[in-house]
Parts: sequence; structure tokens; C-alpha cells
Amino acid sequence: MQKSLKISFIGHFVILFISSITLPFLMGKVQAPLVISVDLVQIGDRTNIPYAPKVLDGEKTDKKTKDRVVTNQAPPKIVPKEKPDAVPLPENIKQIKELLEKRQNPVKVENLDKQTSEFEKKEIFDPNKISALIDKSKKDNAEIEKKTSLEATQSQQKNVVVSKLTITQEDAIKAQIFKCWNIPIGLPYNENLTVKVRIKLNPDGSLISSEILDQSRMNAGGQTYYKILAESALRAVKLCNPLKVPPTEYEKWKEMQLNFDAKEMLRG
Amino acid sequence: MKNYIYKIVFLFFLITSKSFALVTVDITRGNLDPLPVAISNFYFDINIDSNLKKKNIENKIPEIVQNNLTRSGLFFALDKKSFIQKPEVAHNKPRFEDWSFIKAQVLVTGKISLEKDERLKVEFKLWDVVSATELSALAFYTAPDNWRRVAHLISDKIYERLTGEKGYFDTRIIYVAETGPKVNRKKRLAVMDQDGFGVKYLTLGNEIVLTPRFSPTNQLVTYMSYYKNLPRVYLLNIETGLQDLVGDFPGMTFAPRFSSDGKKIIMSFAQEGNSDIYTMDIKTRVVEKLTDHPSIDTSPSYSPDGAQIAFNSDRSGFQQIYTMKSDGTNVKRISFGDGLYGTPVWSPRGDLIAFTKLYRNKFYIGVMRSDGSGERLLTENYYQEAPSWAPNGRVLIFYRETASDTAGRGGGAKLWSIDLTGYNERLILTETDASDPSWSGLLSAK
Repeated sequence: MQKSLKISFIGHFVILFISSITLPFLMGKVQAPLVISVDLVQIGDRTNIPYAPKVLDGEKTDKKTKDRVVTNQAPPKIVPKEKPDAVPLPENIKQIKELLEKRQNPVKVENLDKQTSEFEKKEIFDPNKISALIDKSKKDNAEIEKKTSLEATQSQQKNVVVSKLTITQEDAIKAQIFKCWNIPIGLPYNENLTVKVRIKLNPDGSLISSEILDQSRMNAGGQTYYKILAESALRAVKLCNPLKVPPTEYEKWKEMQLNFDAKEMLRG
Repeated sequence: MKNYIYKIVFLFFLITSKSFALVTVDITRGNLDPLPVAISNFYFDINIDSNLKKKNIENKIPEIVQNNLTRSGLFFALDKKSFIQKPEVAHNKPRFEDWSFIKAQVLVTGKISLEKDERLKVEFKLWDVVSATELSALAFYTAPDNWRRVAHLISDKIYERLTGEKGYFDTRIIYVAETGPKVNRKKRLAVMDQDGFGVKYLTLGNEIVLTPRFSPTNQLVTYMSYYKNLPRVYLLNIETGLQDLVGDFPGMTFAPRFSSDGKKIIMSFAQEGNSDIYTMDIKTRVVEKLTDHPSIDTSPSYSPDGAQIAFNSDRSGFQQIYTMKSDGTNVKRISFGDGLYGTPVWSPRGDLIAFTKLYRNKFYIGVMRSDGSGERLLTENYYQEAPSWAPNGRVLIFYRETASDTAGRGGGAKLWSIDLTGYNERLILTETDASDPSWSGLLSAK
């Protein structure tokens, strides 16, 4: 009885001793929260444009490529534009990994994410403001709508990384053309009539050229409806000249294909 | 493995660069606002004689075109005062900047000259101001007195070229002109251009006339009048004035209408309190009975392909709309809403059936798809009925009676038109009170 008590006592002491040496939090050397908070500031500075977008840009241009890449390396997640804080940018990922390896403390990572989101709150604010403004602009305030949606695209480029136009950018262009396009109401709504127009733009959004992609159909006999739709589409593009375009990423939108389809509208 | 990764990287850049090439944006919405159109005055060629010049038709033709287009609700005519270019200059080569400056999207110009054989030549051109191109250019030849009709033809061409849909301006409307006090109302058949001009009275008003219907293909009219105090269906050629009793029925016939090819008349024949639907071939005079039911079957209307017939019947206990095959089989009820449904009329496009609906003491003109779905009420009023389609199936004409006051004043009937949007409702001015309108087919289509 006495003996076993002693063994137990010594055993416990040994365990305590070893753990006091090996367990880091007892050492007092590593001050995890502090280190991380210092790191955070640096990360925040770095996550600003322009490095981040470029890296991710390529990685998710196409769905197919994206899938392949994903199998080989860390997932470049798609960033939904409303939640720019959801995904850490690649540099962050590296640093997070380092931290994880050092600390093995997931709480800190979470903390980091949170911090990032706070840092980026300025940007998050914008889309909300835009949607509000767009709502307002529905009441016949065309100018404001265009302006704000463009502001939005501008500010969002910092955190939303895309290869195509962002939804906001696309919407901004759509909204402009909706207003310019006077739909020929007599077109049949049960036929498949889609007119594809390719437009080329200057960096200031002014039109260099516009052409119907299916030119042969335009001149073919018995395609009266197609022709009328195509003409109205060309008018719309010209009436909208110059388009209000995103101030950056000219490469993306210098050439666009617009698919005009009035079916939904005509069906009522 | 390394090789594999290289391949992926290579492919990846390939596809990336490709997707950069063409961003696509789907434009699925636009506006249905009236299209701003500038209709310039026409001009006379030098060879025109002074008699014609006095008629001022170089201004009147564009004016009629403008009225037609504006009334359709699809066009907005710009004020002539804002036009910078003179008609003759614009007709030969418009300076598109001048026209886009006043926000015109299309421009109409024209020229009037006289041929050696005394015929009038009216040329018109339709320009796309925005794309700076000519959309169409046509010339019409006619007797000088016929200039009004040319204006309607031009309107149709413009309408069709810009909307993709056939116009309906070169058409006429037959109706019942009503004059005199309520108790002794004089009812005459009258026909006029669709814009209300050129009224001609076809009957003297000795007998009451009701429900005239234009043949969709020619200048025949069928209507109901009284013969030996019995209402009977008649056929009238409005060019020759020849009138004819339809069929030799031993009783009352009513609610006549032409088949869409104009070869048959379909109507109701009532006998001993029961009415059924009959057809009669106009040439051979062969009569066929289509329905055989102890209820009241009436107001038959053919589908444009002639394969089906819509009619109303009270066989369910209340008056509702039914369809059947043209041989009388496969009778189906298609209206199921609250209220009573009557006067179904099949659209010339075939997709819709217009009707009158009585619900809670209000009259509605509405449309539904030919299977009865998608019921849409276009207009509501104290009393209105008898819709009739314009030949392009986009506009309906009907008549509306306003309530008379306690002293019996007011309460006249007027013709109104409304388009399928339900927003573009317009009064059609007539000299007298008017009811029971029916729209002709396109005169030029014959």
C-alpha cells in the first residue's frame, strides 16, 4: 500500500516535471497572441492590391482549370463578392500555415481571419451602399446608378478576384444597355432568336466597332425577325456609346460579346 | 508526374487566355418605351400641278402616318418644329447628326410626284438614324384621290419594318351607327377607315341591324337584321351593295361570323328555345350542324387555322367559353373563373382568345390563351362588350356604353381600342354613337 502510493507519487511528479519542460505554455517564452497580432498588421498591409489579385487571377479563370489545379495544390477558393473576408489571400495562406505549424493553435487563425475582415470593412460597406443606391436609382435616376455601380466595381477589385466581369460589372453594363435597347415588340416569343453582337471598346468606354456575329443569317431570306432584332441591338449599342466601363482591367472588357434575347420580355 | 503538372499549367494558361478574349453579357431585358421617330414632311417634285399642291398632301400624308404610329402606342413622334433639315435634303441624304441631335432613332422622309399617266407616285424612305443607314425605301402609285390610303400603307410598312409585326392601318372598321332617342333608336351599318375617316353608311336605318362582322379576306360583311320580324343573318358586299339572306332556316339566326378563310359563315340558329351552332358554305350554301345540346350555344368563332371553334354555352349552368374541333367533336370548357364569359373571339395570331366577362356588375374585356390559361383582363367598365381583333392580333376594338343619368341623358355608345398591354386605350371618334365594331383584314392583303 505504502509502496504503491510512493510509486504513484513519484510517477506523477515525473510526469509533471516532463510536461513543465515540454509544454510550451508553461515556459512563458512564447507569447502567442502577441506575435500574431504583430503579424496581422503586416499581413493587412500586404493584402492590399495589386499582388493578391494577380496570383489568384490565373488560378480561377476557368472552371476546368480551376478543378485541375485544385487537385494539386491548396484550394484557391472562389470569393463571393459579398463576403470578401471569407477567404484569405494566398500570402495569408502561407503565413497562416507557418503559424499553424509553429503554434498548432487554430483559434489564432480564426482570430486572424476576423481581423482581416475588420480591416476590410471599408470595402464590404460599398456593395451595400450600391445596392441601396441602385434601388434609389430605379426611380428614374439613371446617372447615379451607373456611377455607383462603377464605384462598386472599382472598390471591389481589391478583394474580389475574377477572370470574367464581376456580377456588379456585368450588371452595370447590362443596366446601361437595357435602357438603350428598344425591343421590337412584334417578334415571336416562341422562336429562338438570339442576336450576338461583338463590340470593341476604347479604354474610355467609347465604341470602336460593333458587329453582328452571325452575319450570314442577317442577309438570309426569311430571317426578317432576326434582322429586325439585330438592327435594334446595333442601335442599342450605339445609343449607349460611350459605355460607362470599369476604370481598370481594360484587357477584360475591351472586347465583349452581347447576347440580345427579347424572349422573356415579349412573353410578358 | 512532373510532365503532367507542366501539361496542366500549359493548358491552364491556354484556356485562361481564351476566356479573356470574349466576355459575354446576356441582354435579356430592354425597354418597351415608344420609339422616338421623326416624320419629316414630304415634298413635291417640280412636275406636280397646282391643283394637287392646293390639297397640301405633302404635309397631310406624313400627318396621317404620324397619327397612325402614335396611336399604336409603340412610337413617339417628335415635334416637327425641332427638325433642322429641309424635307427634300433629308430625303436624298439625311445628315444623321441633325436627327440624332433631337434624339430621333428613326426618320421618315418622302417625295410626291406625278407620273405621265396622271397617277400619283409617293415615295418614302425609312432611315435608321442611330446606325446611319437606310432601312427601307418604297414607292406607291395610285390615283391622286387615293392619297389617304397611301398614307396608311406607308404606316403599315414602317410599323412592320420596325416591330417585326404586320401593321393594321390599311384596314376598315364596320360598326352600327346609332342615332335618335333611346326609345326609337335608328341603327345603320357604317364603315370607315380604321382612323375614323371616310365614313360610309350602308343601310338606311329602316331595319335594326346588329353584330356586323367583316370577312377577314374580302369586302363581304355578315350581320343580323330583321326579316318579317324575325332576326336573320345577312351577307352584304360593301363594294357592290348586294345583300343576301344567309341560309333558309325556319327560325331565328344570329351571332354570325366568317371562318378565317372567308369561305364559311358560322352562326347560331334558335329553335324552340334551344340554340345550336351551324355553318354554311357561302358558295355551295351547304349547311352543317355542329353542336347538339339542350343548352344555349352561341357566339362561335373559328381559330385562324380553321381547325377549332370557340363558343359560349350555358351547359354548365352559367355562361362559359368552350372550344371544339371544327367538326363539332371534342367539346372542352376553357373558362373557369368567377363570373360570366361571353363573345369569345379567336386572335388572328391564334394564340389568344378575347372575351367579354361580367363579374360583380362590371364588364371586362380580357384575353386568355386558347387552352383557357393565362386569363388577363385588359379593361373594366360599366358596360362594354364585343371585342374584335385588328388583323395583327395586337389591338382590340370594342364598344363601351356609359351610364345614363336619371333624366336619361348621356349613355351613348362609343368605340374604343385597347392593345394587349392594357395601357394604350383610345377612343375612336365617330360622327354618331357607335356599337358592335368589327375590324377588317388588311385591304392590301387581298
